[in-house]
Amino acid sequence: MQNILTYMTFIPLAGAAMILMLPNNAKLVRWFSAIVTVPPLLMAVWLFNNFDRTTAKFQFVEDYHWIPAYNISYTMGVDGLSISMVLLTALLSFICIFASFGIEKAVKGYFALFLMLDAGMMGVFCALDFFLFYVFWEVMLLPMYFLIGIWGGPRREYAAIKFFLYTLFGSVLMLLAILALYFTVEPHTFDMRVMMAHASKYSTAVLPMWPFNSWGWSFQHVIWLALFIGFAIKIPAFPFHTWLPDAHVEAPTAISVILAGVLLKMGTYGILRTNFPMLPVATADMAYWFLGALGAWNIIYGALCAMAQKDLKKLVAYSSVSHMGYVMLGMASFTTQGLNGAVLQMFNHGTITGMMFLLVGVVYDRAHHRDIEGFGGLAAIMPVYTGITALAFFASMGLPGLSGFISEILVLLGTWQKYPVLTILGASGVILTAGYLLWTIQRVYLGPPNEKYLNMAEINGREIFTLVPLGIIVIIVGIYPGVVLDMLRTTLDSINAIVIPHLHG
Amino acid sequence: MENPIQTDFIRWIVFLPLLGAIVNGLLGAKIQKSLGKGAIGVIACAPVIVAFILAVNGFLTLKGLPPEKRFLIDNLYRWIDLGSLKVDMAFLIDPLSSVMILVVTGIGGLIHIYATGYMHDDKAFWRFFAYLNLFTAAMLTLVLGDSLLLLFVGWEGVGLCSYALIGFWYHDHANARAGNKAFIVNRVGDFGFVLGMFLLFWSLDAQGHASLTFREMVKWAPSIQNMSLWGWPVVTVATMFLFVGATGKSAQIPLFVWLPDAMAGPTPVSALIHAATMVTAGVYMTARMNVFFSMAPATLHLIAWVGVATAVVAATIALTQNDIKKVLAYSTVSQLGYMFIGVGVGGYAAAVFHLMTHAFFKACLFLGSGSVIHAMHHEQDMRKMGGLKQWMPITFATFFISVLAIAGFPPFAGFFSKDEILWLAFTSDHGNKAVWFFALCGAGMTAFYMFRQLFMTFYGKCRADHHTQEHLHESPAVMTMPLVVLAIGAVFVGLIGLPGVLGGSQFAHWLEPVIAGHGESHASHALEWGLMAVSVSVASFGVFVAYLMYRKESLSPDTFVNLAGGVPYRLFNAKWYLDEIYQAVLVEGTLKLARFWSAFDAYIVDGIVNGVAAVVRFVSWLNGLFDTYIIDGLVNALANVTYWAGNRFRRLQTGNINGYLYGIIIAMAAAVYVKIRYWT
Repeated sequence: MQNILTYMTFIPLAGAAMILMLPNNAKLVRWFSAIVTVPPLLMAVWLFNNFDRTTAKFQFVEDYHWIPAYNISYTMGVDGLSISMVLLTALLSFICIFASFGIEKAVKGYFALFLMLDAGMMGVFCALDFFLFYVFWEVMLLPMYFLIGIWGGPRREYAAIKFFLYTLFGSVLMLLAILALYFTVEPHTFDMRVMMAHASKYSTAVLPMWPFNSWGWSFQHVIWLALFIGFAIKIPAFPFHTWLPDAHVEAPTAISVILAGVLLKMGTYGILRTNFPMLPVATADMAYWFLGALGAWNIIYGALCAMAQKDLKKLVAYSSVSHMGYVMLGMASFTTQGLNGAVLQMFNHGTITGMMFLLVGVVYDRAHHRDIEGFGGLAAIMPVYTGITALAFFASMGLPGLSGFISEILVLLGTWQKYPVLTILGASGVILTAGYLLWTIQRVYLGPPNEKYLNMAEINGREIFTLVPLGIIVIIVGIYPGVVLDMLRTTLDSINAIVIPHLHG
Repeated sequence: MENPIQTDFIRWIVFLPLLGAIVNGLLGAKIQKSLGKGAIGVIACAPVIVAFILAVNGFLTLKGLPPEKRFLIDNLYRWIDLGSLKVDMAFLIDPLSSVMILVVTGIGGLIHIYATGYMHDDKAFWRFFAYLNLFTAAMLTLVLGDSLLLLFVGWEGVGLCSYALIGFWYHDHANARAGNKAFIVNRVGDFGFVLGMFLLFWSLDAQGHASLTFREMVKWAPSIQNMSLWGWPVVTVATMFLFVGATGKSAQIPLFVWLPDAMAGPTPVSALIHAATMVTAGVYMTARMNVFFSMAPATLHLIAWVGVATAVVAATIALTQNDIKKVLAYSTVSQLGYMFIGVGVGGYAAAVFHLMTHAFFKACLFLGSGSVIHAMHHEQDMRKMGGLKQWMPITFATFFISVLAIAGFPPFAGFFSKDEILWLAFTSDHGNKAVWFFALCGAGMTAFYMFRQLFMTFYGKCRADHHTQEHLHESPAVMTMPLVVLAIGAVFVGLIGLPGVLGGSQFAHWLEPVIAGHGESHASHALEWGLMAVSVSVASFGVFVAYLMYRKESLSPDTFVNLAGGVPYRLFNAKWYLDEIYQAVLVEGTLKLARFWSAFDAYIVDGIVNGVAAVVRFVSWLNGLFDTYIIDGLVNALANVTYWAGNRFRRLQTGNINGYLYGIIIAMAAAVYVKIRYWT
């Protein structure tokens, strides 16, 4: 299929435009949006089947001139790193449309913005031109701002502005870094593939700008940090994470799913896509503190914060901070197990946390609050709902047989070889995770049924429909992780191979 | 080592119970409504019984092979394949796992059947059996898995089922809390387990033999003999980590606190999971990894002492309990301690032997207590029982036999297995007399508290209220039949592990392909006879004291309660205050830490973010002021000055010609004066 990635990216965008032309009929708009997300999903399945798992090269590449005067081109393509994220994006977008069927306010606007967001996300994972990447990165930002700021909870405006400004701050650093990389080599280029080939030039370049030159800072380390901060905000890595709980608490359910399931992954994806292959020497220097130690700290810090939360959604948000720590930790290991585990964890976190936010949404729609202490005994009232929740929670805890186990054990196993102490810290997070999740299960689902909610409706067909595909993936990946790992391995090993020669000792 | 023989039936030993769990878990509610509880029972029991038949088949197949070829493997697919990490989804039957699956499916099957009677009045009958089947599948994965990672899958899986079954009656928060406690304490152990696994994997990897498969690991174990980490031999560190895992699952000091609380679950669960199978997983794991443990004498030494400490501490607590199940729970902890003494003195086979005999008599004791609880309308306090033997003869007889077995009287099963451990503690190279002495004291206490339980429950006058007494009855056949089978086992299974003087242990011989050198010693026969006599005398003394106190009542228990100012009694009765200490230090500590970091997050980290925003807003406000009052102020000031000046000058525009002319003349005069005065 020619230009399949372009179709996957622009069909939602075209859909967004068409929605604006539809009559103001909520039902029609909802179903139209649902139909729009089907072709990208089918194409994702096609990609899964036709993706060549034996090569680290980019596949399904599209390369067109865009702004030739500045050597900017429209280049799209996927490799083992991005393919899993493209699949995840297509799936979660499809599911989240259905999870958004409860939206009543300004339906047309909501779904148009949602589809625009979908296009932006897809574009970020497919773009191979750094300029194009940046464009998609920003395209994604705007709809997110409105989706939180208009359809969110009581403090939506605060949360939306915080999200927007925080991310924009990171974007600016990223843009500066991109331009610095662009001007460092002749001929100037934004083509990521070419930039990766220039890695050695970047590592020897000097930073001409005052005051850095007077401090003797090397070009690659400054650029590495600028890119890193831009991405770290998205991950979100401590201490850049505080926009996340606010955004999650205020965002509507489906937007929380997208936020946790896809947007957070862009941080770690960006680091692996740009920092690792373009600045391998700096990566080798910085990985221990900025990925390894910070990742381990994220795991423990996020888990402890989650434990102290009273709001169910905030708890899940902090659990994301904790679980993304495993991704960072695994990335820092430069072992095949650690890195593959990290990217698998990105995928698994997308499905598992997606489920968790959907599940919180189910109960919020009924009770109109998320106070952990305000429920109790839901297992007796909503047994099916509780069963699915147990699946998601235990997957998040890393229980064997479910996907979270594979990625966490791979990350920790891979990290042990390089940093036993960080591994011990990271593994202790597993205990804390069990602590806060089981405590939550006990307070919300177990105990005597809460009198107030005796008549609460059981989870309905539409809600089950959004959860079941994710649940099945969680089980399949747990039993046969090869479905995802086979796609990742070759590419990730080649990314590792770029950095490994520069590691010290 | 020979290549294992490929088969394809082993997988069904795991899959059948799993299938039962899936069917009952997803469709159970509907089946129970339409076809009744009988159908649920059949769906649950049949797979376990068939699995038992397959296990017997596996055992017989092994038996027909020469000892060095006794490895059957069923390889399904490659589970994980990343770099040097290659793990198969594969199940292995060797002499060790064949014993374990016979116990799990055999005793497990009996307990399933028993539970169809015990749980008959429960509305969530189907859910109970879904969990129970899932547990069986997980436990079988644990013992059949051919790699450390697959063992860990079962290890965590049984933990999950244990959690679900302890909190089975989740309407009561206490039960849910007990489940949480079990899971989280076990997680602490698992934390150690995975680190041990990582260390062994990378150490073998460094030697070029990376593997998590048992056969490969055992084969290359000698290659890591001289490696060290943090100044310690790698095997010592790794086995210590693994042992941390074992202390969690097998309820040893310091992690045993979850097991007594786990009695909150239905009694068949206590029998199956918290006595016969799951809690022995740690013993199984150490036996499975015995080559590594034997390479680490420091670890073995630690294990022996932890084992004996657990055996004695748990026994002291059991002395003072009045809850029929709590006595059995602490006795389980204590017996597990004996198994670890066995491991610690290098007698892995003896440990596994005690594991097996214990599974029979302890399952029988628990199910017997369940039978009592069933008859007593869920009363568990032994002070309200008594004289039950007249109403429940079968329960009484089987219970009595099992009490004799656990107390260590020949020829019952417990005698041979416990004595083997004591013997090795006394004589083996890794053993020492102090361990033996304390273990012997523990055995005396065991005899005392078990007979105390027997007398309080079945002898004397019934202390139950009138209403309960009227309804006392023997349990139905589905419940008594398993009791009888288990009691028969409690009498006879000991005979396969006879001591050296009586012909030697067939059991240890059977395990030889997996456990080489089961710590036999070459001390004299006289010593062996002598030690047997000592342990029987100590047990008899325990029984005698119990008889005086609780049967003849000529010796008041208060004598002991008030001993040494009552301090020991209070300490034992309060479970050595371990729960309180853990709660205060670990649980509250963690929660405090959580609250601290959460506040730090809200006020410091987010405070800085909001602070930056506030600073920016403040600067922009200042900027606004500057703009309004300074910049715009200047512009306005200029306008104002012009306006003011215009206003003032307007006064000059009087329209009076004379005035204008005077003005012109004065100005010209001034100009001329200036010109003359300054520019000439």
